[in-house]
Amino acid sequence: MPLNDDTIFEIAHHYRFQWEPAQQLHVLLYPEGMVQLPGSSGEILKRVNGAARVGEIVADLERAFPGADLRGDVIEFLENAHGKGWIRTKQG
Amino acid sequence: MEKAGFEQSKVNLPLWLLAEVSYRCPLHCVYCYNPIDYASYGEEMSTEDWLRVLRQGRELGATQLGFSGGEPLMRSDLEILVAEARRLGYYSNLITSGVGLDERRIAAFKEGGLDHIQVSFQDSTREMNDFLSSTRTFDLKQKVARLVKKYDYPMVLNVVLHKLNIDHVQQILEMAEQLEAEYVELANTQYYGWAWLNRDKLLPSRDQLQRAEEITNNFRQHAANRMKIYFVVPDYYETRPKPCMSGWGAVFLCITADGVALPCHSARMLPGLNFPSVRDHDLRWIWHDSPAFNTYRGDAWMKEPCRSCPEKVKDYGGCRCQAYLMTGDAANADPVCDKSPLHGLVTDAVERAAKRERDSAKPQVKRAADALLFRDDANSLRLADANKQPSA
Repeated sequence: MPLNDDTIFEIAHHYRFQWEPAQQLHVLLYPEGMVQLPGSSGEILKRVNGAARVGEIVADLERAFPGADLRGDVIEFLENAHGKGWIRTKQG
Repeated sequence: MEKAGFEQSKVNLPLWLLAEVSYRCPLHCVYCYNPIDYASYGEEMSTEDWLRVLRQGRELGATQLGFSGGEPLMRSDLEILVAEARRLGYYSNLITSGVGLDERRIAAFKEGGLDHIQVSFQDSTREMNDFLSSTRTFDLKQKVARLVKKYDYPMVLNVVLHKLNIDHVQQILEMAEQLEAEYVELANTQYYGWAWLNRDKLLPSRDQLQRAEEITNNFRQHAANRMKIYFVVPDYYETRPKPCMSGWGAVFLCITADGVALPCHSARMLPGLNFPSVRDHDLRWIWHDSPAFNTYRGDAWMKEPCRSCPEKVKDYGGCRCQAYLMTGDAANADPVCDKSPLHGLVTDAVERAAKRERDSAKPQVKRAADALLFRDDANSLRLADANKQPSA
């Protein structure tokens, strides 16, 4: 799919993203299963909220983790997450 | 084959909590995995008991919560439990036959934060459905499926397959499509509890199974983006056992209607294991420290051929309950494995299934009904009584 800095994603319908204290990581819950999202994957998805543009997410992560060039990793993760149906583009 | 489940799971936490809140059930399915002596168990737990279990489970790290039974809708306090589950952060699932689900209740579940609902259908034809569930509920289920959609739930349809309905897979899938199911689980019967008693009448032949899989694969292509279809093969047709529950005491924790904690749905009938009750112990002790949950945890308990088998890390020796039911010793290899010296017990059952198909071109519903044992209180009490007498 065409993904650019202005694309806005949200967590897919019927999925729930949350922090799990017992596992010390973020998870994505859906019917019959769970995806564990340790470290950076959780940090990225935490910023997917139906409002932030991809460019803003990258900038925010680069502020939170200075010194790293994260753009490529973030784009790759979001494309992958979209392909798996975890997130969807926000319409309108 | 695609498979639901947990991805990347490494930690030893009871990520999946199953609350079998009631053994009461308006249906009388011949393939039910519930214990055959359920009617002889003690009283159902109180609302307070269940709220405590939910809190302790969440503290232990449980994320997925299933409300099951019996029929969970038989509990009039289910709305309270659902709301507490959401407040605690569970992703909760109501596993129901649909009997007892009306608009008032589903609205309350939605309001309380129930995440999804799995409706089980016995078959797509009224005759077969009513016969197999021993009630007249098919119209109701269609209504329930529509309610599920109306309240914006992802719809998970579950159909238990066996010899008497597996030839209807095409119609079942068409029905699922009409009802706009997002997930369809075609789960072949697993032979525990009542299904074990009825096994020889329920196990499909290899031909039946292959036809059903072919139809399912074709349908998958047809419905690719709309419907996710899971097809669970009966493990009797495999040569390696299923990694049952991902291992004993690894991710799955089941609490029964009367408060007994189990590492799987059917472990209660295993002899010599004193399964703890949540009425006497907290879940943390039960999960981590109780002798019963540690009996078959890891691989120290294994005998040959499992002990030296490189695949033991993949399948954990298979299913303890199946090993016990078929070989008489829960520590034996699951006889589904063709490395088991007792694998012949499985191939014998499969051969009998093929022979039955040759003997009768079409399964005769009426004739089969004479021999099938339905899950109901009277049968259960009779079986419980018989089990107490050593001669029986």
